[in-house]
Amino acid sequence: MNELAIMIIISLGTLFILLAAVGILRMPDLFLRISVTTKAATLGVGLILIGMTLYFSDVSIGTRAVAIILFLLLTAPIGAHLIGRSSYFVGVPLWKKSLMDDLEGKYDRKSHELRSEDLEEIFDNSLLKKETTENKSNDSKPTEGKEN
Amino acid sequence: MTIYEFLTYIILPTLSVSGLLVFIRFLIGPTLSDRVIALDLLITIGIGVIAVYAVIANRPSFLDIAMIFALIAFLGTVAFSYYLEKRKKDE
Repeated sequence: MNELAIMIIISLGTLFILLAAVGILRMPDLFLRISVTTKAATLGVGLILIGMTLYFSDVSIGTRAVAIILFLLLTAPIGAHLIGRSSYFVGVPLWKKSLMDDLEGKYDRKSHELRSEDLEEIFDNSLLKKETTENKSNDSKPTEGKEN
Repeated sequence: MTIYEFLTYIILPTLSVSGLLVFIRFLIGPTLSDRVIALDLLITIGIGVIAVYAVIANRPSFLDIAMIFALIAFLGTVAFSYYLEKRKKDE
């Protein structure tokens, strides 16, 4: 019974790793490949390590396995974000059928800073409102409190 | 079917096939970033192979090597992305 559970868990982990490998080969775009491989491979290796911990059923080995799983869970998103960000700067092309690119024109390619146009619009609008309220306060003070 | 036979004849070949598929992407990857993530995934599969082999050989001390592998994979990805960003485009 115990061996059967271990075999099922390790088979699930291997299946996820195989799916990640097929995904990295078949996906049309670098960013889609990153999004496929990071999650599936981390889950697969975590399941294999959990099955191995159940087989040995020892505290010291379980601690090591938990340390490896925690480290993978911490570092996989950070690595994926770093490599995706730097490859966006380098100019890796997106898939032809990609519907939208949210970052288009918002990243400064030389200084690597994110400039948000929506935020600027909000800022400008708030400035305009301030000016208008100041003008109105010059004209008539008692209506200002009601408007706000 | 004991767990050793199952791991030896089903799990390890499946992991090897997935490693081979990732290695194809490692060879044909159009850009350098594709190769970097393929290398990362190869090391992750290597951690899985080490864990399965620790069960087969009944030697849990192989797990230390798996831990070092996880460290090296993260450091490699960070270093590659750093130098990819610093590199000039016309080189």
